[in-house]
Amino acid sequence: MLMKRDLAIIGAGPAGMAAAALAAELGLSVTVLDEQPRAGGQIYRDVDRASPARGTILGADYTDGRRLTEELRRSGVDHITSAVVWAIEDAFRISYTREGRGAQVEADRVLLATGALERPMPIPGWTLPGVMTAGAGQILLKQSGVAARGSVLVGAGPLLYLIAAQMVRAGTPPAAMIETQTLGDMIRALRHVGGALRGWPYMAKGLKMLAEIKRAKVPRYTGATQIAVEGEGKAEAVTFTHNGRKQRIPCETVFLHHGVVPNTQAARSLGVSHIWDAPQAAFAPVLDAWGESDAAGVFIAGDGAGIGGAKAAEYAGQLAALKIAAETNRLSTQDRDRKAAPLRRALAGELAVRPFLDAAYPPFDAALTPADSTVICRCEEVTAGDIRSYAKLGCLGPNQTKAFGRAGMGPCQGRYCGLTVTALLADANGQSADETGYYRIRPPLKPVTLSELAAMDETTQDAAE
Amino acid sequence: MKPASPFLELESAPRVDVTWDGTALSLPEGANLAAALLAAGVKVFRHTPVSGAPRAPFCMMGACFDCLIEIDGVTRQACMLEVTEGMAITRPQEMGAHANET
Repeated sequence: MLMKRDLAIIGAGPAGMAAAALAAELGLSVTVLDEQPRAGGQIYRDVDRASPARGTILGADYTDGRRLTEELRRSGVDHITSAVVWAIEDAFRISYTREGRGAQVEADRVLLATGALERPMPIPGWTLPGVMTAGAGQILLKQSGVAARGSVLVGAGPLLYLIAAQMVRAGTPPAAMIETQTLGDMIRALRHVGGALRGWPYMAKGLKMLAEIKRAKVPRYTGATQIAVEGEGKAEAVTFTHNGRKQRIPCETVFLHHGVVPNTQAARSLGVSHIWDAPQAAFAPVLDAWGESDAAGVFIAGDGAGIGGAKAAEYAGQLAALKIAAETNRLSTQDRDRKAAPLRRALAGELAVRPFLDAAYPPFDAALTPADSTVICRCEEVTAGDIRSYAKLGCLGPNQTKAFGRAGMGPCQGRYCGLTVTALLADANGQSADETGYYRIRPPLKPVTLSELAAMDETTQDAAE
Repeated sequence: MKPASPFLELESAPRVDVTWDGTALSLPEGANLAAALLAAGVKVFRHTPVSGAPRAPFCMMGACFDCLIEIDGVTRQACMLEVTEGMAITRPQEMGAHANET
């Protein structure tokens, strides 16, 4: 028999850690499953092992994560590390792989705290070795103390400035920043200046990072267009047009970023409804004010519920824990609401700056609906032109593209092509993103081998078949 | 001879011997395998099953499956592994993605 928990939390980033600690404090039995060997999520990746020197490079917003990893440890909740969850079924039996063996956990409720993915940025050459996401560049620094020399940063958004400033501090300043946002974007963003002022600590941090980048004399090219990575078998240069002139910057490493988007894979596999969030240009799950979805017992907190950042994720995780504690009679609804009030105020403060940032650093248009020859599905090497040709043959939705040409059927399961396929089909068919929809996601959420299934505990083996 | 790497290791750590496609490499013990291979100058991790195009780590968080390598006949994500003594790592025999499907 499997022991049934009150709550299973998928992901040990800020939302998962904060929710776990509070839920345990309120008397719930909790299991946290996380893919990484140590808690932190991507934002606080390996924060407990980072040396003081690395902490200085990455900054106080990173080392602040130790507060949460410590709370998680102190809470005594069952934290299963290096656990790759590949199915969540039957309210709720969670199947995962750990060290080559399958295993399962049962829980009455599940909180998905699976965070964000980099928004896919299909530009010519983005599959070449040496081209990575900006998030990957940060993970290299955080977990491994590895920094790229002479890299080029491409795209738009605060994360691009953060990683540039961190690389300056690491003694490996980027060779250039090729930025896609325009002066027009900034002017449009000014109508959200009220929110920007309420979120002034973030604005102040942004200006400080820009000053660090300027002092290090990192060249910045804003409003860049026609961006491509060139190279024979690996990245050798980035080419682009800036102020009407063609430019070419040689480099071996390119970091791409034009925002992050909710990782909706697990939520979709559970049948949670999603709607298109136009300001964030991504799908987000439909949730109540506590993070509960329209699938019974399924809660979502953190960037997986809509991009809000690490602090917002922490508060959202706690709000979900409060509702779950009240539903399981660990807390009266009065106490729930009393404890929630300061969290809601803090959450609103965290989110105030978002409309300004979303407008000032919009996604790069040419990477939302790429040129025909650009590969959009990295796994199956399907191009934007292929998707457009499927639309001409009557393909209306992403699921049909799988039958036409395997887009989204590789091991990443559409994580890095799904939004592009939706955008291309919506554009070609003159439909909205909501009308076009997204891939149907089914287990296994991550590839699982027969030997991993065979190594599953006997008591749980039948259930997996 | 160590191939040139664009990646700089900011800190030194005790190293262990592993092999990459039969070549001896010395990598930091306990380090993220994908990061350690990049820092050691490995540029191409695998070739795609569709066109044979070269690939290397892209997301570093277990989502993209571009850093697939093979250890003891099993295709794994390098970015989800830590370096241990004696690891025998190769490019995936069955050329990547399809090798890992069930």
